[in-house]
Amino acid sequence: MYKLLRDPGHMELALVAGIDPQSEGLARARALGIPASHEGITAVLADPEIKIVFDATSAKAHVRHAKLLREAGKIAVDLTPAARGPYVVPPVNLGQHLDEPNVNLITCGGQATIPLIYAVSRVTPVRYAEIVSTVASRSAGPGTRQNIDEFTYTTARGLEAIGGAEQGKAIIILNPAEPPILMRNTIYVIPAGDFDQGAVVASVEQMVADVQRYVPGYRLKSAPVFDRRSTPWGGRVVIAMLLEVTGAGDFLPPYAGNLDIMTAAARQVGELFARHLLGVREEVAA
Amino acid sequence: MNAPRVTDTTLRDGSHAMKHQFTREQVQKIVQALDAAGVPVIEVTHGDGLAGSSIQYGFSGTSEMELIETARQAASRAKIAALLIPGIGTRQELREAAARGVQVVRIATHCTEADISEQHFGLAKELGLETVGFLMMAHMRPPEFLAEQAALMQSYGADCVYIVDSAGAMLPDDARARVRALKERLSVQVGFHAHNNLGLAIGNTLAALEAGADQVDGCLRGLGAGAGNAPTELIAAVLDRLGINPGLDVFALMDAAEYIVAPIMPYQPIPDRDAITIGYAGVYSTFLLHARHIAAEFGLDPRELLVELGRRQAVAGQEDWILDVAVDLVQAKQQVA
Repeated sequence: MYKLLRDPGHMELALVAGIDPQSEGLARARALGIPASHEGITAVLADPEIKIVFDATSAKAHVRHAKLLREAGKIAVDLTPAARGPYVVPPVNLGQHLDEPNVNLITCGGQATIPLIYAVSRVTPVRYAEIVSTVASRSAGPGTRQNIDEFTYTTARGLEAIGGAEQGKAIIILNPAEPPILMRNTIYVIPAGDFDQGAVVASVEQMVADVQRYVPGYRLKSAPVFDRRSTPWGGRVVIAMLLEVTGAGDFLPPYAGNLDIMTAAARQVGELFARHLLGVREEVAA
Repeated sequence: MNAPRVTDTTLRDGSHAMKHQFTREQVQKIVQALDAAGVPVIEVTHGDGLAGSSIQYGFSGTSEMELIETARQAASRAKIAALLIPGIGTRQELREAAARGVQVVRIATHCTEADISEQHFGLAKELGLETVGFLMMAHMRPPEFLAEQAALMQSYGADCVYIVDSAGAMLPDDARARVRALKERLSVQVGFHAHNNLGLAIGNTLAALEAGADQVDGCLRGLGAGAGNAPTELIAAVLDRLGINPGLDVFALMDAAEYIVAPIMPYQPIPDRDAITIGYAGVYSTFLLHARHIAAEFGLDPRELLVELGRRQAVAGQEDWILDVAVDLVQAKQQVA
């Protein structure tokens, strides 16, 4: 909501819907003069002007919503793990899915790390990719905590399907340090054969710049590190990338980069859909 | 003091020191020896638990599922246990481990994050497994706080909850107070897992027993992460002298340590310079070999890395922070120069 208010692009925030009449979020929306409803999906379906819907409910609820929204001719941007539509990571593959009625944003760890794995796989085939997402305990809500395996499965599938790795693995760690740590991701990539380190570095730098266009707090802590390790495929050079994501602080605190990158990706997806619907011919980041 | 149940974790915690290269033959021999010496529970898994085989922690030489199966076949009396760290391992690997013969699962979280383990305890109970909760890095929080986290694990279905001194940072009073707090709060059993980084693995184990611990962990010859764990053969000798030997054959365990484990160990874990630093700085014991590797690559003293990791409050499993800290330290030095 805050991202859409700060930078609406070609969208207009028409409604914020929830199911709890006492919801603080709905009260905040109303205080800012935005129409809000506690009638949930019903209120969304009742307004024919609404074309794009961001669904941050739950996987279970989204399965039901996906069908209703499709029937109503609305585009669903799914922030839950329901995955009714194809996975999208804006700078990698959104361009291919602008005619889909429903797209899924994978996980925060996926949104953060898949662009960099793709940056490697577009210059050299990737045998194996592994990511470790470390997030502040305070930024992991009850949904994530009760379903931590889903993060692991879904992110690993995203590394393969969108990142282009033959095999993917994801690890998530919650760190309760005070003050809370920024979202950190370590990305390890093992290319399938010999590769040009310079080409990898150039491709990664380009991708970091592309993501920064919609997530300003996205940065590598250093140039990619090349380290020889023993692996199931013999002694190999492993590419290690240390990524930090600082949230924009629109509403959530800056340490919650994991939540920020999801909402920033959602806004970016919405914007590209809006331009597509309006026939706006601008450069699409893909 | 009651005679505790002893779990041997040579084939799990020792996997760190072995760089996760245990073979089927080694597992078979060690399990047979432990089983014959009366050890009731033997843990076999990658050092970082199910699915720990990775770039982050080191790849397994032989798949842990094969090793679990080998262990199950080699044991006649002992139960086979596996470690599962939610965020690394998932219910998928737990199902497979159970199918391969695991009877006890030890589910480990950082000591503040017990609520990420609910789905795993749920499945374990569904599969009919005995369950143990592991509160890692327990030196970082006070006893009452840990008791609350332990109560969560009990509510999810834990049959026992361990205070885990992953950093080997506790002093005997720390171990005693933490075990006592859990004994007072829980209706299920309480355990204690020691590391020897400050030379206190046996001392802390004894303090935990005085406070009422029902279960304790050991490794043959202390083969574990950091300076290793409380040696199983030493626990057996001490329990025997205390008159609370739970049925362990002290001499058989000494022989297993001496003739089976010592010859295959790449080094004898001891509280040396870097291991003491781990206990002193309160960081995860498995950082030892990773910190040495990275320190050598970047021309740093491993102690600089370890102390900084402690200052940043690194938790279990954050091996990637070692590289991060190395990059920062090198950059800081270049700026000064």
